[in-house]
Amino acid sequence: MNASSIARDVASGKVSAQEVLSRHLGSIRVSEPQVGAFIRVMETEAMAMAKAVDEKRRQGARLGRLAGVPVALKDNLQVSGVETTCGSRILQGHVAAYDAAVVKRLKSEDAVLLGKTNMDEFAMGSSTENSSFHPTKNPWNLGCVPGGSSGGSAAAVTCGMASLALGSDTGGSIRQPAAFCGLVGLKPSYGRVSRYGLVAFASSLDQIGPLSRTTEDAALALSILAGPDAQDSTCSKKSVPDYSAVLGQGVKGLRVGLPKEYFLPGLDAEVEGSVRGAVEVLRQLGAEICEVSLPHTRYAVAAYYILAPAEASSNLARYDGVRYGRRSPSARNLEELYELSRGEGFGPEVKRRILLGTYVLSAGYCDAYYNRASRVRGLIRQDFKEVFKKVDLLATPTAPTAAFRLGEKSSDPVSMYLSDVFTIPSSMAGNASLSIPCGVNRAGLPIGLQLIADDFQEQTLLRAASAFEKAKPFPRPEKFSS
Amino acid sequence: MPEEVRRIAQLARLRLSDEEAALYQGQFSRILDLFSQISKLQAPALDGHGQIPSILREDEVLPFSNPEALVGLAPEREGGYYKVKKVME
Repeated sequence: MNASSIARDVASGKVSAQEVLSRHLGSIRVSEPQVGAFIRVMETEAMAMAKAVDEKRRQGARLGRLAGVPVALKDNLQVSGVETTCGSRILQGHVAAYDAAVVKRLKSEDAVLLGKTNMDEFAMGSSTENSSFHPTKNPWNLGCVPGGSSGGSAAAVTCGMASLALGSDTGGSIRQPAAFCGLVGLKPSYGRVSRYGLVAFASSLDQIGPLSRTTEDAALALSILAGPDAQDSTCSKKSVPDYSAVLGQGVKGLRVGLPKEYFLPGLDAEVEGSVRGAVEVLRQLGAEICEVSLPHTRYAVAAYYILAPAEASSNLARYDGVRYGRRSPSARNLEELYELSRGEGFGPEVKRRILLGTYVLSAGYCDAYYNRASRVRGLIRQDFKEVFKKVDLLATPTAPTAAFRLGEKSSDPVSMYLSDVFTIPSSMAGNASLSIPCGVNRAGLPIGLQLIADDFQEQTLLRAASAFEKAKPFPRPEKFSS
Repeated sequence: MPEEVRRIAQLARLRLSDEEAALYQGQFSRILDLFSQISKLQAPALDGHGQIPSILREDEVLPFSNPEALVGLAPEREGGYYKVKKVME
């Protein structure tokens, strides 16, 4: 069931938070053994939270905007007193000492925190196969990946185990799993949502956002998550609009650009057909469609896979076996303590990225790689700035294909990196983007439409997504609805 | 190149097995091929780009409600200190 409906029903007393929770725990018992969306289900904590919400209502207190809504959290978000593994062996047993800013906000709106979801280790991956614990399966086809790195969050919402989930997006990690699982996935603008309490991967790119079944839920979630936070200096002080209020405004007069660099030969024909069909729906609803160009798109993947690992190699230096997480038992001296704790604790993709990041920052290579990539990023950002003088929105595929099979790309890092080709540019520019389901291919797998708007124009994204969703409701299979 | 991978691993304080070093060595040449795409861009086009505004705040000390919970995350400690192996013999 949708988060917005649950919150309304719990607030009006139509259903209790405990009933809602028990339904979702029932879905977890049925689906989780096959899907593997969670690293930890917080059953005891969730029951206490649901009970507290019901008690609050009984006492006549005003309930929050997420009253009784079961929310799943990607396991890189800290919940005080609960283990945060970030999908990594190195953090196994790491119990968070404080709540992430977004967790505080969810709690203050009476959400019920249901569990921590599976993810690619340290959010590095596009399939959730890089989890140190187990891969997550796509509920639409258990032989396929759910996307990544927020694949656990996507899978949990898809089969009704959670009503809403939070993910994090560095190069597409909310939008691509949303596309692969038929959900709405929103990456807010850089600075819109506080990252305090999010385990850092690449700090100039990381953003937290919701995965939901509907645009209404995404708008509700963003209204709660967005806003200034003194504990994240990159978090913007800009005021937060009422995102739910724009949902009925339609797209009449909105100018929508199709960047030609996102529709090159080689794009999966069914993805292209479905995305172009969605654009036609927007046109029929009154949007003006035109072709535009973002000429530096082709450099984005290379620049991203230089910058993100560079930042990661620095952010992950803190896992040294001294202050957090795993310490190697076989170290004989301090140097070995660092090397062995890290060598034994990190998985293959994380090591690969630490090595790449260290390399591109090392003496003699920094100019050719890191500095050059930073400037390429500036060009990509300028492309978007120019194009948003002409259009309000961009429409593109979210991913070049629908969900791929488990194992299909896991031995070839470059082909895995290229699966982020359409989500990376918006991450590099730091603007707002969203994926909304726009069709199902012949194999029965969802296809995502990506909408991109200028910085802090989330309301435009949500307005267009909502109009599209109303005109073309997405056929979600019965067995996934709770 | 295996020596190069080892050198980088040393800088990153990451112990690699021989198998891992060989695997990464092979993969890196493909990844560096991908990276070489940006070397095609001419320098003048790049001038003046890439400055990310630095957002800094005053470095004020604020009390944390539960410092013991933070220190308690360490794998080994003694009293109020983190315990590590001998630095010098």
